Amino acid sequence: MRGGGGRGRFDEEALDVKVDVQVVKRITPYIRPYVPHLLAGMFFMLAVSVTGLIQPLLMRRAIDTYITQNKDIAGLTRISLVYLAVYVLNWLCTYWQTYFVSWAGQNIIFNIRQNLFEHLQKLSFNFYDRIEVGRIMSRVTNDVNALSELVSSGILNVINDVFRLVGIIGIMLSLNWRLALLTFTTLPFLVLLATKFRWRMRRAYHEVRRKIATVNANLQESISGIRVVQSFTREDTNAARFDATNAENMQANMQAAQLHSMFGPLVDLVGVVGVAMVLWYGGNLVRTGILTVGTVYAFINYVNQFYMPIRDLAQVYNTWQSATVSIDRIFEVLETEPEVQDAPGAYELPPIDGRVVFDDVTFGYYPERPILHDINLIAEPGQTIALVGPTGAGKSSIINLLSRFYDPQEGSITIDGHDLRDVKLKSLHDQMGIVLQDTFLFSGTIRDNICYGRPDATDEEIYAAARAVNAHEFIMRLPDGYNTEVHERGARLSIGQRQLISFARALICDPRILILDEATSSVDAYTEVIIQQALDRLLEGRTAFVIAHRLSTIRNADKIIVIDQGRIVEQGTHEELLEKPDGLYRLLYEMQYKHQEIA
Amino acid sequence: MKEVSRLFRYVLRYWPRVLLALILMFMGTALTMLQPKIIQWTFDSVYEEGKWHLLVWMALATIGATVLQGIVNYVERITMEWVGQRTIYDLRNRIYNHLQSLSFSFYDTAQTGELMSRATADVEQLRRFVTFGVMRLVGNFVTFVFVLFTLLAMDWKLTLLSLGTMPLLGWAVAAFNTRVRPRYRLIQEEMAKLTTTLQENISGVRVVRAYAQEEREIEKFRERNWSYLEENITTVRLWAFYFPLMTFITGFGTTLILWYGGRQVILGALTLGQMIAFNSLLGRLIRPVRMLGWLVNMYSQASAAAQRVFEILDTQPEVKDKPGAIELPPIQGNVHFDNVSFAYDGVNLVLHDINIEAKQGQRIAILGGTGSGKSTLINLLPRFYDVTKGAVKIDGIDVRDVTLESLRRQIGIVLQETFLFSATIRENIAYGRLNASNEEVIAAAKAARIHDFIISLPNGYDTVVGERGVGLSGGQKQRIAIARALLLDPRILILDDSLSAVDTETEYLIQQALEELMKNRTSFVIAQRLSTVKNADQIIILDNGRIVERGTHETLLAAGGIYKEIYDLQFRKQEETNGLLEQVSTEGGDS
Repeated sequence: MRGGGGRGRFDEEALDVKVDVQVVKRITPYIRPYVPHLLAGMFFMLAVSVTGLIQPLLMRRAIDTYITQNKDIAGLTRISLVYLAVYVLNWLCTYWQTYFVSWAGQNIIFNIRQNLFEHLQKLSFNFYDRIEVGRIMSRVTNDVNALSELVSSGILNVINDVFRLVGIIGIMLSLNWRLALLTFTTLPFLVLLATKFRWRMRRAYHEVRRKIATVNANLQESISGIRVVQSFTREDTNAARFDATNAENMQANMQAAQLHSMFGPLVDLVGVVGVAMVLWYGGNLVRTGILTVGTVYAFINYVNQFYMPIRDLAQVYNTWQSATVSIDRIFEVLETEPEVQDAPGAYELPPIDGRVVFDDVTFGYYPERPILHDINLIAEPGQTIALVGPTGAGKSSIINLLSRFYDPQEGSITIDGHDLRDVKLKSLHDQMGIVLQDTFLFSGTIRDNICYGRPDATDEEIYAAARAVNAHEFIMRLPDGYNTEVHERGARLSIGQRQLISFARALICDPRILILDEATSSVDAYTEVIIQQALDRLLEGRTAFVIAHRLSTIRNADKIIVIDQGRIVEQGTHEELLEKPDGLYRLLYEMQYKHQEIA
Repeated sequence: MKEVSRLFRYVLRYWPRVLLALILMFMGTALTMLQPKIIQWTFDSVYEEGKWHLLVWMALATIGATVLQGIVNYVERITMEWVGQRTIYDLRNRIYNHLQSLSFSFYDTAQTGELMSRATADVEQLRRFVTFGVMRLVGNFVTFVFVLFTLLAMDWKLTLLSLGTMPLLGWAVAAFNTRVRPRYRLIQEEMAKLTTTLQENISGVRVVRAYAQEEREIEKFRERNWSYLEENITTVRLWAFYFPLMTFITGFGTTLILWYGGRQVILGALTLGQMIAFNSLLGRLIRPVRMLGWLVNMYSQASAAAQRVFEILDTQPEVKDKPGAIELPPIQGNVHFDNVSFAYDGVNLVLHDINIEAKQGQRIAILGGTGSGKSTLINLLPRFYDVTKGAVKIDGIDVRDVTLESLRRQIGIVLQETFLFSATIRENIAYGRLNASNEEVIAAAKAARIHDFIISLPNGYDTVVGERGVGLSGGQKQRIAIARALLLDPRILILDDSLSAVDTETEYLIQQALEELMKNRTSFVIAQRLSTVKNADQIIILDNGRIVERGTHETLLAAGGIYKEIYDLQFRKQEETNGLLEQVSTEGGDS
């Protein structure tokens, strides 16, 4: 992944985690359907190991029986052919082993990823409020990828490595147990290298990654903030700071490189001590006629094969560690219950008129801290309700409840008498249009975005919707019209244009109830007028709940609901509310007016 | 090729070490030949001929050879690693400093992500190439030649026979390189597509839910997920064919040695020890060939990376000190735009014949629609761009005649997008004046009406903000930026006072902070706040790069031109609406 993306905090790589058997239990249901493939893979894997194990034996036989003793050229040719056949077998078995194992692994990963994504589609906003986009992303991408190593090879490799190790040891013991035992004295050193030393290397590389992350973060910031840097002529100071982090990075790299460069020669050294012992002690045995030359050769070969399975086994522990962390993260998501879901026996909401009633609603994102208290309000079909109040008063919570993004703790919300909790979510959202403050557009064409909620909309309907919200004209002026790609590489749309497109997106669904969070971002005067007109058309003939920031919207509302600290403190029309001498609405209005005059 | 040789110029600055590494590499390679030879002698002289007194020495010699080889290899690698790391360290510093010197015009078109990827991923690619690739490339070649001659010296017929597998191996390596390797990029591309789909889904989750499109999103994701799986499996199948194929070809060579070599031994033309040594040397001959594909790939990647990296270094900053530029003396703050025209591309003018005369301490408000040239105009003053025609003068001195540093040091700039660095609030405020005392920082924060907020934070002025720190609201950031400019105490101020969604309390604080900031300074303000415009000494209205109206609030309003129109549309409403909806009682927090 490219650096810097996502808001997620830098997820510290796990260095020391207890491996948990729970891990296997959790992924068992995913693995079960692919057990036949995995078994087939296992079979070929063991076959590959067998080919590796018997080659030195064949060589031994060739040397002893055919070359040194019988001097049998025909026999030598035969055994050479067998030797070649073993290689062919190795090739085929490797192919099938890899194929079966990765087929199963990829499918398992596919299923986990798909489940994770589908579950994310069900989770309530509580979840999205709690966890940043970057972190959710990394669970579906990085964590699942980390798992793929475990399921595709991690488990099988353990079995295979043990098999190989036991095979080598067994063959050596059966060839000559004294010589075997002598060479086994090198094993503890290999184990030590594969664990302790590699652990130190891992730590060193961990440090390297941390340092390079610092370098990159520094760089990123300087590029993003270049205008400020140059404005404040900070170039020299910044250069000195960058030089310092850069040097630290180099140092960390050197440290890791030192360990790394020492590692290879050390493994070689332990290996060669084993070889020397075979040469020397095996030689003595050859002298006394106990051992053949071919056996010495085979021994040298097996000693050289020792290290691989030991290293792999040590590696498996790391794979399991990181898989444990990843699985924890993945299942944390999968095991989060959606708080808002269809009740058993939920029914389809029939076509509605749009009468909305909040009946004594109390709600808090954390139940122990209510944000809304005893909200009672009625919206008749076709009315526009403006929600007004200070930041944090609870305006957004009201529209979140009406959209049933959350459920209230007390009281109920009904539409045409249907309690929201009794109907199917989809049928509710199908009849409701929601326009949020940050107008999110998907990558794809403008057309795709407008008909997002109704993929089957005809071109005429799309144009009509765009025209109604004053978007048609500017869309047609774009190089590719409705087929202009938004997002990246595509045309850059202004904030105002994005808003208009999101209006069209809502309008084309022709919802009975419209929820609108007016954007507060500043647009130029001309766009402002256009948006105003578009809004009027959008609100026409629907029950609308608007978090209002424009005076015109408020003035035109059928009812203004003034909210303060989670309670409705006033409601009425603009004129009615202005008449209340000590009302909050009037207070706000007047204070603002005075305030403008001071400035 | 050209790019890589350029890279080598950086490497060769440290030529004594490179030379040392090369010498060590030759020694190491020669030592590699030793071990199979010792085993050969053991088998032949000791086991066959019965010189048993040599046995112990042979065993010790293998260990000795390996220890020696290990030491040589270790020193070689460390030396080369140092060279590589040092080269990259130099290169990184060069890139960083160069990026800092590049003009705004460069950043207008460059994309941060693209730049980042060059300065990080590409540089990292070069590091791997220098520390590892170069030495292996040379080392493998040397090894190949060494081994080849050793083999030929032992038995040229057997050598030629076993070399018969080389073309096959070469073909397999090439096939692997052209058919399997590129697929890994395809896998990454599939993963990128999947990630994009995912990211959009999560960022747009509210829209997805609001329009009840979960099913469609799931289908979309399934498609991506599936093509990722298919791409992976296709690649694995290819890999599983070609990779063990290379092992097979190697095994074929070994079989030939066994068959023909064994025959020679039986016939007495070769000793058993020679045959064994032959076999193990052949393995060492094959390694370089198998690695060749990988190395060629690394080379071509490094070459491409070098090209991208040097492209940055080759970009000349458009705005730079002219030879003999003088230090701008402490200024009074009289600014004169003298018949200024400007085009970003040198052809299509976006500013035409701009004349503005700002006296010391005056406030100039600049108004105009999107694309009218407001930002362009103010960017010319600190010389973020150079004028195409005319001149910008401060106290009568053309800004092009003075050093950039002395010019920009005397100009305070508050941009529309407030950028804070990942550092403490204190460091952010003192950004332009590192040596500012604590009292000065606090005084600036107080004047910017942000002090009370800062001390309400648990860590006060030591709170870390910015991309990787505590999130601040737009209004808070803006005031920190104002404090940052205040601390600089510039004679000239450039200000983009964009409105952002803030509540009344914050809006009020920002207005006060701005007034404080503009006091007694020559200010150029892209104004959206009525308060800033009303108090301006000159209001300049820009349209399509030309000044269409100028005057004060009263004269322009009376004249009834564009200004009045803007006023009616934008400011009057501000007067009415602004802050109506938000309450004063909220304590400094804003939306």
